[in-house]
Amino acid sequence: MSGWRLAHGGLIDRSRPVFFTFDGRRLAGFSGDTVASALLANGVDVVARSIKLGRPRGIVAAGTEEPNALIAVEPGLALRRATEVELVDGLAVRSVSGRAPAPAIDETPSEHVWHHADVVVVGAGAAGLTAAQDAVAAGGRVVLLEGGHAAGPLPDGLVDAADFVFLPRTVAVGRFDSNMIVAHERRRGTPGANTAARDRLWHIRARDVVLATGAVERPLVFADNDRPGIMLAGSVGVYLQRYGVAAGRRAVVFTANDSAYVVARDLQAAGVDVVAIVDTRVRPGPTADAGGIEVLSGHVVAGTTGDEGLASVLIVPRDGDADRASPTVVEADLLAVSGGWDPALRLLAHTGARLRYQPSAGTYGVTEVPPRVRITGLAADVNGGVGAFSTLDPVWLVPAPDGSLDRHFVDLQRDATAADIRRAVDAGMRSPEHVKRFTTIGTGNDQGRTSGTNELGVLAALLGTTLEQLGPTTFRTPLVPIPMRVLGGPYRGELFDPVRTTPIHGSHVAAGALFENVGQWKRAWAYPREGESFDDAVLRECRAVREGVGIMDVSTLGKIDVQGPDAGAFVDRVYTNRFSTLKVGSSRYGLMLRADGMVFDDGTATRLADDHFHLTTTTGGAAAVLDWLEEWLQTEWPDLRVRLTSVTDEWAGVAIAGPKSRELLARLAPNLDVSAEAFPFMTVRNEYLSELPARIFRISFSGELSYEVYVKSWYGRALWDAIAAAGADLDVTPYGTEAMHVLRAEKGYVIVGQETDGTVTAADLGLDWMLSKRKWFIGLGALDRPHLTRPDRRQLVGLLPDDPDLHVPEGSALLPSGGLGTAGNVTSSYRSAALGRTFALGLLAGGRARIGSRVDAQVAGWRVPLDIVEPVLWDPQNERRDG
Amino acid sequence: MLLISCPWCGPREEIEFRNGGEAGVAAPEPDAEPTTDEISGFLFFRSNPKGSFHERWNHSHGCRRWVSLTRSTITHEIESESQPTGRFRP
Repeated sequence: MSGWRLAHGGLIDRSRPVFFTFDGRRLAGFSGDTVASALLANGVDVVARSIKLGRPRGIVAAGTEEPNALIAVEPGLALRRATEVELVDGLAVRSVSGRAPAPAIDETPSEHVWHHADVVVVGAGAAGLTAAQDAVAAGGRVVLLEGGHAAGPLPDGLVDAADFVFLPRTVAVGRFDSNMIVAHERRRGTPGANTAARDRLWHIRARDVVLATGAVERPLVFADNDRPGIMLAGSVGVYLQRYGVAAGRRAVVFTANDSAYVVARDLQAAGVDVVAIVDTRVRPGPTADAGGIEVLSGHVVAGTTGDEGLASVLIVPRDGDADRASPTVVEADLLAVSGGWDPALRLLAHTGARLRYQPSAGTYGVTEVPPRVRITGLAADVNGGVGAFSTLDPVWLVPAPDGSLDRHFVDLQRDATAADIRRAVDAGMRSPEHVKRFTTIGTGNDQGRTSGTNELGVLAALLGTTLEQLGPTTFRTPLVPIPMRVLGGPYRGELFDPVRTTPIHGSHVAAGALFENVGQWKRAWAYPREGESFDDAVLRECRAVREGVGIMDVSTLGKIDVQGPDAGAFVDRVYTNRFSTLKVGSSRYGLMLRADGMVFDDGTATRLADDHFHLTTTTGGAAAVLDWLEEWLQTEWPDLRVRLTSVTDEWAGVAIAGPKSRELLARLAPNLDVSAEAFPFMTVRNEYLSELPARIFRISFSGELSYEVYVKSWYGRALWDAIAAAGADLDVTPYGTEAMHVLRAEKGYVIVGQETDGTVTAADLGLDWMLSKRKWFIGLGALDRPHLTRPDRRQLVGLLPDDPDLHVPEGSALLPSGGLGTAGNVTSSYRSAALGRTFALGLLAGGRARIGSRVDAQVAGWRVPLDIVEPVLWDPQNERRDG
Repeated sequence: MLLISCPWCGPREEIEFRNGGEAGVAAPEPDAEPTTDEISGFLFFRSNPKGSFHERWNHSHGCRRWVSLTRSTITHEIESESQPTGRFRP
């Protein structure tokens, strides 16, 4: 119980006491405290037990570099550092020893903000405020980021400045290309803030970035350097000045530079008994003013004693072995240490800047900064070794009297010691990256703020090399941990991915449809009736299409409008078969290949006028096909006078399929001659259908007589409901995508993405008849490659299990009958009402030549024999499509 | 995260764009009969330099136009103006 609150001083508001609990103990602090400063003020020494060794640990630092004082904040147990959590009334926190409890899923809303600025200043210390003032005076948009909450009042000139944004509690967590700063703003507890979103992730594009990020003090590595009460000297000063807290009553200062002297004087002035300043240097620097405190120059602290907290400090001369056996023992409850400073320049490293050891500054820094970035204030002074920071004499390792290294802690959070580094070296490791991973030094959630440089110093000492030879390990974003929910921002739940529904969706819901996801679309999958299983519903829907009439929502099919004088030439180039000779009012099935000759998409193209084509694509491929066509048009054929427009959402469509579809269509469109002669297969008509202007295609994806009727999307549901009403006495049956899949598979029609996976050619699918021999098309040149003409390529076949009730799962491996090795796989597999049995399609090595023979499928560890048959199992002569 | 200048829309965030690989790799002309080596070169071979790289971007979440520019693969600095076509090779 050594820390205490001074009677005066600090930036806290002593008129506003705040109560909180720590591990269930009710404690008091003031508004403006952090959890860490309040714990120190209450005399709490031990804030955690270390992760591996269970040693008592106390607060070391006052900022993001704190390695020990991790706390879990109730409710939800979010892991935070006590030095960063602002004290608010009713706050309840727990200490975290070793592994943190798993936090609860946090539904706290957060949002993403995009902002542009002329100047972003990172850090609102004195230098940052000055830089912000200068930038505002120069005109332009200025953003000032401050990670902490206890920054002083804004100076005049900034308070009312236009185009100036001050973001306290906002940590810059990354700097990315083109000067983009990403920062995490915690808005909890911000007075007067709209707390709808308690976190914001800022993406700020800056013309110029000013880093006023300060510096991080290094501890010193000596035996038992981890006891509660051993703190960074600069942080001891922060608690004194900002929070009015003295971290102990009887102090020793141990330093390798001048910067700790002012802390020693301030402690003395505040009423702390400062016994001595132990300076590693024989000659302290010119700014080392001890103010009457005894200075033991050329000495080091070689060890400490204590039970829970610090009890005494063992001081020996730095050089000369004689006195090591009998050190001077000084009783103290506070040891303020300063091994030197590292500039906080990790934001530079995020975009590739290399930090290198600067002997004159005794730290890793930069000699040049990237364009449009400036370093100022403490960060610049430490980086350049200016003033008090030029007086450093680094001591990386203070030997223990007994020569041991296993209580020389380098990384307090990871409980890793100089002995661990020696083990790494003994195991043959030389690279800091290897040593980091072997020892885990620097892998804690403080990311080695206080341990990284010391690790390299100890490593260099053990290897007998210099720090110039050792680069720091890679610094990656984020600079400090940020919750995943903040990265996700508002894009969760239904905002995670848009859901697309067709204009007819409501009718499917009313009919009790089950839905499946196809890309972002919700498509009706099947319409099971009360008490009917999914499988039975699919069989019933299939039977309706084969024997009566079924209707299906086909609005999701991709639709691309192609217009221009060169539309015919363009369509000829992108499909494998010829379209420029297609008559106006006619349709043709078309296949698209990638440039490497693999099947890319299929659909129909209809010529609506000489210079106007209507293309359909697969539902899932619509966006990719449009992108693909645009790419060729823009980058290869800018001379073609063609424009492409996606009209997918403009048209709603209903397929009317089955032997009775003609009768149903005739009722709906009395002015249309629906006879096979007047309205032949693969033609289009514009006609009113139930008073709705419609585009009617005679087209079939089931092999049955079939039409696809398209209307403007806002008429979609009216169309569907009109067709359903007009066909009630024909028992018109809505069918879903599962029945559609079965029906097309019975006909051997492939689905791109199901029968194909990007390695399948038209010839593999038996579609080589669609490859025009009289014109060029995308992918043509690649088709002669030797691998694409091998006879043992996997080819599409039909597959019939011996057991007509056995459903072979899609994806099952095909094996040579009675032999070993994989010969292919099942791509589609269904129960067929029309065939009265199960059947499958598959890709089989050399499959076409093996039709009539046998193959095995591997199903749940068993071999299942199958007959290899033609892929078209239903109506191979196409006798049904005219009704 | 790059800031990419679109000739039509102005400077825009990288997330609005889709990278299109090396620029200036011309596809075989329609009706050409490329050799296997030529078609393989077009399909599979790219220069992948350390340093200045001429590459294509599609402003897919903007105007949907293709642009090309020169970017350093070392520093990611964009070294040229964006050109409003994909076939640019300075």
